[in-house]
Amino acid sequence: MAQVVIRNLNKKFDEVHAVKDVNLDIRDKEFMVFVGPSGCGKTTTLRMIAGLESVTSGQILIGERVVNDLPPMDRDIAMVFQNYALYPHMSVYDNMAFGLKMRKFDREEIRRRVHEAADILGIRDYLHRKPRQLSGGQRQRVALGRAIVRHPQVFLFDEPLSNLDAKLRVQMRVELKKLHERLGTTAVYVTHDQVEAMTLGDRVVVMRDGVVQQVGEPLELYNRPANLFVAGFLGSPAMNFSRVRVAAANGGLRIENEGLRLAVPPPLAGRVGRYVGRELTFGIRPEDLRIATEADPRDLSFEAVVEVVERLGSETLLDLSVGADTMVAAVEPDAPARVRGRLRLAVNPERMHFFDPATETAV
Amino acid sequence: MSVTTTAALRAPEAAGRGRLKGLFEDERRLAFALLFPTMLLLGLFIAYPFVKGVMLSLTNAKVGEPGEWVGLANFAKIWNDAIFRTAVWNTFWYTAVTTVFKLALGLWLAVLLNRHFRGKAFVRAFILLPFIIPTVLSTFAWKWMFDPTFSVLNWSFYKLGLIGGRINWLGDPDLAMASVMIVNIWRGVPFYAISLLAGLQTISPELHEAAAIDGARPWQRFWHVTWPLLLPVTMVVVLFSVIQTFADFQLVYVLTGGGPANATHLFATYAYQIAIGTGLLSEGAAISLAMFPVLFLVVVVQLLYIRRVETR
Amino acid sequence: MIEGAVWRKWVFFYIPLAAFVFLLLFPFYWMIITAVRPDAELYRPWNAPNYAPFWTANPTLEHIRYLLEETLFSTWMLNTMIIALVSTLISLVCGVFAGYALARLNFPFAGGLGTGIFVTYLVPQTLLFIPLSDIVRNFRLGDTPWALILTYPTFLIPFCTWLMMGYFKAIPKELEECARIDGASRFKAMLYIILPIAVPGILSAGIFAFTLSWNEFIYALVFLSSPEQKTVPVGVTSELIRGDVFFWGPLMAGALLGSIPVALVYSFFVEHYVAGLTGSVKG
Repeated sequence: MAQVVIRNLNKKFDEVHAVKDVNLDIRDKEFMVFVGPSGCGKTTTLRMIAGLESVTSGQILIGERVVNDLPPMDRDIAMVFQNYALYPHMSVYDNMAFGLKMRKFDREEIRRRVHEAADILGIRDYLHRKPRQLSGGQRQRVALGRAIVRHPQVFLFDEPLSNLDAKLRVQMRVELKKLHERLGTTAVYVTHDQVEAMTLGDRVVVMRDGVVQQVGEPLELYNRPANLFVAGFLGSPAMNFSRVRVAAANGGLRIENEGLRLAVPPPLAGRVGRYVGRELTFGIRPEDLRIATEADPRDLSFEAVVEVVERLGSETLLDLSVGADTMVAAVEPDAPARVRGRLRLAVNPERMHFFDPATETAV
Repeated sequence: MSVTTTAALRAPEAAGRGRLKGLFEDERRLAFALLFPTMLLLGLFIAYPFVKGVMLSLTNAKVGEPGEWVGLANFAKIWNDAIFRTAVWNTFWYTAVTTVFKLALGLWLAVLLNRHFRGKAFVRAFILLPFIIPTVLSTFAWKWMFDPTFSVLNWSFYKLGLIGGRINWLGDPDLAMASVMIVNIWRGVPFYAISLLAGLQTISPELHEAAAIDGARPWQRFWHVTWPLLLPVTMVVVLFSVIQTFADFQLVYVLTGGGPANATHLFATYAYQIAIGTGLLSEGAAISLAMFPVLFLVVVVQLLYIRRVETR
Repeated sequence: MIEGAVWRKWVFFYIPLAAFVFLLLFPFYWMIITAVRPDAELYRPWNAPNYAPFWTANPTLEHIRYLLEETLFSTWMLNTMIIALVSTLISLVCGVFAGYALARLNFPFAGGLGTGIFVTYLVPQTLLFIPLSDIVRNFRLGDTPWALILTYPTFLIPFCTWLMMGYFKAIPKELEECARIDGASRFKAMLYIILPIAVPGILSAGIFAFTLSWNEFIYALVFLSSPEQKTVPVGVTSELIRGDVFFWGPLMAGALLGSIPVALVYSFFVEHYVAGLTGSVKG
């Protein structure tokens, strides 16, 4: 069991600066998820931790050891690959045993560990089969089993669920979570799927263009995104953004544009106040909008035209046009909305977000 | 067929064409038509010669003389022919030695080429030259390099201090076979290397990474991951090359002509010498047919192996 | 992959690779240097003090001139070119048709025929050249280009068929089903839909077949006898050697010039050639 510390980590491929000055402390027993769009440097970071890529500059520590110059085999890690990377010519048993054989464990111990892992994963019956005789989910389990038997200090996962169909993916996600709770091994998990990131991670790292955008617990990232990118990346449907102008009114502050005219709630007024007379990006999540009633104040609601109504059963999504902008609202399932009808929507004042248009950081 | 009839109804003027078209709408007829030219050529110039060769070997035909039925006399004769026995031994020895070297060196080169380095495409293109340049022509370059009086090899080895006097590469009966083998290996290595490289490239790099994390050292990664996955390609390449080598003709014909003192004959060169050189067609046919059992065995092994790989 | 120390890279990679390249290419260098070296330098014993093997101070085109003006070399080039092109063309047509039938049509004995063609692919020319020379003579093809144009396809067709089968199998069945629903006959669906998609394969098969025919030796040696009918490999072998005397200058010039067409074709289509080569063993 061990922590993983990353200090000023950089990776350059010829011209491309793939990972820029990453600093991170992954605690012992923590499940850390790297999330971001493809090409953001998350996989490269993982591969540097694994020792499959060399480090251009900076340091990686596993436990107390600097591992920069250690080959993968000496880092005491196990990795689950995107395409599983099962050895096609070996049985499931031999696949799982290979790492132990290379480390010269005695036969009895190998047997014990493989059977133990097979029981945890429910693949005991397939031990004599070849990988190609297994389904996608079963292969995934074997790949996990191969990592588990090693009892490594750190598990590394490189988008392990991306090749599974949607249903199986949800199921394996739950199993991974259980497995981590049972084994308590430090895990680093790379994904581009924000749902996986939110559900699996003790903490989540959001990366973009090789730069860490924000690190934190899932809800912290969701509720207090550090910048426009994080705000837009996490959450589905994504947060609505609208360019607004800040104005002083009636002793308070107001934001406005073609379709919006909203009061800035007093707790935010201090920070937004610096932008009076200038523009800001206003953000509001679809679930923080609801259909307004007579009781809602005029300056915390706005009028919109319904373009599309999507009834999902658990909720209803409304595609709205608000002035020149489009917005999405997630409202109650039986909301009385009709296409091309006009609606008034109320904003949850505690969950308004503001971003500097130039720096894109949260205000 | 119904497609054709409705088409014919709509366009009566095309009815004649439609019948011809209809003929080939039938999958079996089309297949027959497409395979016919191939079957004709292969039948005429492979199957027929083979049968004819067997018949020929059972007569005492000479060039211009049809000859008479003599049964297995030709085979009995070559069985007692010391030169034939040398040729048999030479062919097996030649095939075995060169195959081992070609495989080992070819695999080594393939592994080297499987890495990324600058100018890789160039190197790969150039090293195939020995394989694509007409064998006879490049073999002449070797013959010139082996020339007893003007040998550049002798000069180089002498200057490097490896030899004191001259080496008679092709004139010494023991050395001549080795010289022929060197040229065969030289020509065969690129073929092995490029074929095995293609095999190597089908092996996912993830498997090597997984093995590296599993704790396998480079040599262990090769032995436990690369080699077993490369084995099917290797088998096919080796069997293919064994057939070519076993039936080789050009190298020996150009380098030694079977000499000195018939020491380097292979099946094919000896058959040529008897049939074309001395005109004993039937005996020559018998000699080249003597290759058949071995070739047959290799082909059967290859077919069984391919089938096993496909059904696995 | 993590790389080791720099010296390891030199010892295990650069030096072996350089050695391979040197050994594989040296004979060609030797061929070139001999082709332009004057006779006086050429026939200087290797242990003579002024033996300078790796370069020449007085390069000459004399050997090439001799070759082109006083031998039938240019006729042989033309013969080889015609024979290689025509037999390649025949083999391509036959191989594409047969490969298509075997890969995409259902008919009885398809498996057996496929195996049969594969087996003929493995039949070496040296097994059959003696009875075949008799047959060629009986068909009155002896000493004409047709002897080779018609027999070369026997080792080219199986290879082309085998290679094309691989390409055809990879094309989804829906494509020609769609074409047939759109009104094409089976034959037209093949001609207009499947063949264009398989062009890279056809090119590979063609390139490879061309180099194989250019390289062929024993049939040409046995079936042709008059000097003006010969192909380059046979002409160089039989006409540039008088008894025991080798004219090394013209010989190497001939080897060099005779290699140029294949080398050119190869250099333009390296990738197709390699695809043909690897396809020929993988199937």
